[in-house]
Amino acid sequence: MPTIFVDGQELQVKEGANVLEACLSAGIDLPYFCWHPSMGSIGSCRQCAVVQYQNAEDTNGRIVMGCMTPVSEGARFSLNSGSGADQDIDNAVDEAADVTTVEASIDVPTKVPDKGREFRQAVIESLMLNHPHDCPVCAEGGECHLQDMTVMVGHRDRRYRGLKNTHRNQYLGPLISHEMNRCITCYRCERFYTDYAGGTDLSAQASHDHVYFGRHQDGVLESEFSGNLVEVCPTGVFTDKPLLKQYSRKWDLQSAPSICTGCAVGCNILPGERYGKLKRIHNRYNDEVNGYFLCDRGRFGSGYINSDERLNYAGVRDFNGEFSAIKGGEAIEIAARWMKTQEGAKNTQKIVGIGSPRASLEANYLLRELVGKEHFAAGFGDRESQVIHRIAAILKTTRAKNPSIKQMETADAVLILGEDVTHTAPRVALGLRQAVRNKAYELAKQAGLAVWQDAAVRNLAQDQRSPMIIVSATETRLDDIASQTVSLAPQEIALFGHAVARAIAGQPSDDAAVNEAAAALKNAQRPLVVSGSSMLHSAIVDSAAAVADALLADSTPTDSTPTDSSPTDSTPASCNSMLSFCLPECNSLGLALLSEEQETISRLLDRADQIDVLVILENNLSRRISEQQINKLTSSGIRIIALELLDNDLLASCDLVLSAASYAESEGTLVSSEGRAQRYYPVFPEAYERRASWQWLLDLAAASGHSELAELQHFDQITEACGASNDLFAPLAGVSPDHNFRSHGQKIPRQTHRASGRTAINADVSVHEPLRKLDPETPLSFSMEGLNRDQPASLTPFYWSPGWNSNQSLQKFQSEVNGPLRGGPVGQRLIEPQTNGISQSSDFTPLRIVQKGTWQLVPIYRVHGSDELSVRTAEVAELAGEAFIAISSELAAKLEVVDGDGVKINLVAAAGIDSFELSLSVKILTRVAPNCVAYSAGYSSTLALQPGALAQLSKDPDWQRATPQLIASDRSSHASAPQNNRPSPDTDIDKGRDRGEPPHV
Amino acid sequence: MLSQLRTMWEILKHTFTKAETVQYPEEQPYLSPRYRGRIVLTRDPDGEERCVACNLCAAVCPVDCIALQKDTREDGSWYPEFFRINFSRCIMCGMCEEACPTYAIQLTPDFEMCEYDRQNMVYEKEHLLINGVGKYPDYNFYRVSGLQRSFKDKGEGLNEAQPIDVKSLLP
Repeated sequence: MPTIFVDGQELQVKEGANVLEACLSAGIDLPYFCWHPSMGSIGSCRQCAVVQYQNAEDTNGRIVMGCMTPVSEGARFSLNSGSGADQDIDNAVDEAADVTTVEASIDVPTKVPDKGREFRQAVIESLMLNHPHDCPVCAEGGECHLQDMTVMVGHRDRRYRGLKNTHRNQYLGPLISHEMNRCITCYRCERFYTDYAGGTDLSAQASHDHVYFGRHQDGVLESEFSGNLVEVCPTGVFTDKPLLKQYSRKWDLQSAPSICTGCAVGCNILPGERYGKLKRIHNRYNDEVNGYFLCDRGRFGSGYINSDERLNYAGVRDFNGEFSAIKGGEAIEIAARWMKTQEGAKNTQKIVGIGSPRASLEANYLLRELVGKEHFAAGFGDRESQVIHRIAAILKTTRAKNPSIKQMETADAVLILGEDVTHTAPRVALGLRQAVRNKAYELAKQAGLAVWQDAAVRNLAQDQRSPMIIVSATETRLDDIASQTVSLAPQEIALFGHAVARAIAGQPSDDAAVNEAAAALKNAQRPLVVSGSSMLHSAIVDSAAAVADALLADSTPTDSTPTDSSPTDSTPASCNSMLSFCLPECNSLGLALLSEEQETISRLLDRADQIDVLVILENNLSRRISEQQINKLTSSGIRIIALELLDNDLLASCDLVLSAASYAESEGTLVSSEGRAQRYYPVFPEAYERRASWQWLLDLAAASGHSELAELQHFDQITEACGASNDLFAPLAGVSPDHNFRSHGQKIPRQTHRASGRTAINADVSVHEPLRKLDPETPLSFSMEGLNRDQPASLTPFYWSPGWNSNQSLQKFQSEVNGPLRGGPVGQRLIEPQTNGISQSSDFTPLRIVQKGTWQLVPIYRVHGSDELSVRTAEVAELAGEAFIAISSELAAKLEVVDGDGVKINLVAAAGIDSFELSLSVKILTRVAPNCVAYSAGYSSTLALQPGALAQLSKDPDWQRATPQLIASDRSSHASAPQNNRPSPDTDIDKGRDRGEPPHV
Repeated sequence: MLSQLRTMWEILKHTFTKAETVQYPEEQPYLSPRYRGRIVLTRDPDGEERCVACNLCAAVCPVDCIALQKDTREDGSWYPEFFRINFSRCIMCGMCEEACPTYAIQLTPDFEMCEYDRQNMVYEKEHLLINGVGKYPDYNFYRVSGLQRSFKDKGEGLNEAQPIDVKSLLP
């Protein structure tokens, strides 16, 4: 570790770091704009200027950019002191100067004006020349990096009196708002969007002070990661549009550590609430999982929590068939009565439960205990159950490592089998985009370049990337960085995977593509195989495991030091093969681990006549089983109790509905696809009679006289019981501190110390302030009292540090720049690679032969649209559009259709599939496997389509083309017609008082 | 003894001084315009609400007695959907007025706001908003800010250049 001197202070810094990183890691504030911890340096904003001195005697020094200057042993810099001399010499000088200047001894840093400081002031003054005077109406205000840096540098007065540049804004879709006047041209947006996330439609345009960041024309940003622009932009050019509609400042947002429920990746998030509404979601840093970025589903897909379709009260069906809202206690009584009668009859067969992969582990565990293991179905669809249980079984036994995203980013060869990762596990795809850059880092190492020299490294590598082989049925969003793409039908993907496994083991295939893929993986130090459940085909999953296994058998012990700056990889050399699976829902893996028996919903339904009460936990069965099965269930006379957050079709046929709290109003543990158990905490108290599912189930257990569960009273006790129930779940209790945890003697506050309006928020109801809501279940409080400091990282409710109001304050919570959080790791990994795993069989025969004239249906997923809950958010629904069928251009020519035309799909009847007809809009893809057509999965109109089913296609002559629609308010900033907004004089005065008179002036 | 006599003399002297008592409320005292009394929300010279719902007054309020929620007009400009001051908590410190970037919130010399029912001390926007500019007759925030409004296109604000044509190659 080299030693450098900053303002005479001796610092031990990390080898290979730059001065800016070194200063920030040491807790020294040095302003910056263009540098980003995960995107490196380009030295464009000139804000992190420091003075470097040749030696202790050098008094002149020269200005260098902190982000572009590597640290070296004994290097001397000054930020504020104006001297490169070290502390001793400085003191000696002070003593020599004697006591004549009192000011000097009080204010040492300004004794000599620092050239670097003056330079930084001049830079920010010039950056601010064109910055508009609109902080009060800017959504970034109060969490603006530009505000922070301006204050930090000490620039106060504008001297510029000329005209300010202005720019026209663009419509960038329903998620991102654009205000180009505020730009300080740091290039972070373009570097994130294009270089980091692989987007193609946002660019830097024009030159000098005309530089413009936008699209070539108005339109929705295409990238699935566009929301990160909100956090990446140091000022308010890109802001969160859904937040703007119901805006609250950062300091007013009540937030708590949470986990994204959009997919199975388990990104850490910080949702913010005000006035009982979830306002926005920001990234919560977890160096191993999501780092600094989220996908748009995670960031914008939680609007459903504020939906009018939320269930607020429990409801029971009357004798006349209508629902009526009832008190929670009554609901529990009714349910207990139903359940008790059955127990009285001593027939234990009669209560069954269906769990949910989108409910917490605790709630699923409680339901399983309540109804008994043998009567608990996991709540997956039949094929989904098969695949997900297969994945869980593989992960439990494989020797390959199930990597975190951070580890995936170190992979130097990637094989993707049957997965469009960008749409099924978006944040993983962003990680894979960084993995292919390992080639560039390798080249940089050879050329002696530091990895943070972003522009230089990219220039050096140009289009050279680490190999990435994508085998999929349709084109994927990662095709642009793939070294090899292969289009195959699902069963052939499995065959391909097994062939690659055999080729690695030394049996070359006849297929050159297989051999090429095998060679690329074999040559890699840290190969990664990515597969998943999206094709609902367990043979694909098996083949991925076979490849990872073959790589392990093949690997000779090699040194597994990654090329980039993450030396924490402590896996043994024999474990350098990685195997990752994309799973559909936030707790799919947890539920698969919990439900050891492969009891499925259909097996439960087969014995419907023996069931009296069915408890469904947060699960919309119409997405899991066919319409016939639903009809069978509802007509069987079973009493159905459903716990649900949002209204849906299934609830109409339930007898009792309990209003469940969303993830933002309750606590729980989720197991991500990495096998990482992570805790989420309530962000705000539940309104109405919504309650966490675990609370409903606990009350139900107590009321129905379940002796074991009746002993449990608190959330922590359920977690403990759940952890004790299974060896794999043993680490659960250590995921996060229990409710007794206190930091500095107090609970951790969910509100910032600057939260406003406490005595006025409820004053319209009653001027007497209510007692704040207590939270007995967690170590957090719904209050501003307490300290957001020194607690375990899993309990950090927001990022703020004095002088750092923006999300850049995160670095004060990190142990070092880009390093782990000070409070330790977040979450516990439940599954580690085994030392002697079973080897996967490489034998597989295709299941289905496609007849001529028919096409095999394969599912295609969309970030916006395929997920059940996020699509109930208005903005996401707008982006999701309508369901479609994706076909190749050859097929389109044959059917004589173009994009947007309708195609009639005739399902060919087969085992388990009835003949069926449906028309969908056409989307033409560049790459579709032969004999396959893809349908948008997860959309309500395509729920009847099954992957692997055969269909006949024909043009629908009666198809009405959908007209593109825009939400009018989104376009409003482009409205130019002046309006007379003068309000009428306020005559509407209540309480008989005249408060509207003008003041005495 | 002497001291007591002196005291009596001093007090008796006051019999002949002019009384300071004012016949309030018939007689109103003069209060300077910057006296810190009842809070109002003012309008800009064009008659529009000045408040842009930036939340700074609420943030700076030491007793947290201001609550508001931002809403958006059709042209994208901000205004408070509701604006509530709980005067039963207000200490008339005037920090909200100091914080206000648009001169919207102002304190007036009216101090007569007693109520029998404390709930009546809660003022909503309709009670706070007046039809005047208050102490600052000329200021209109949106004329000087870079934001586009229905009455002002980009480049038409104070000290603003015409919008840049990105497609132009001219320097």
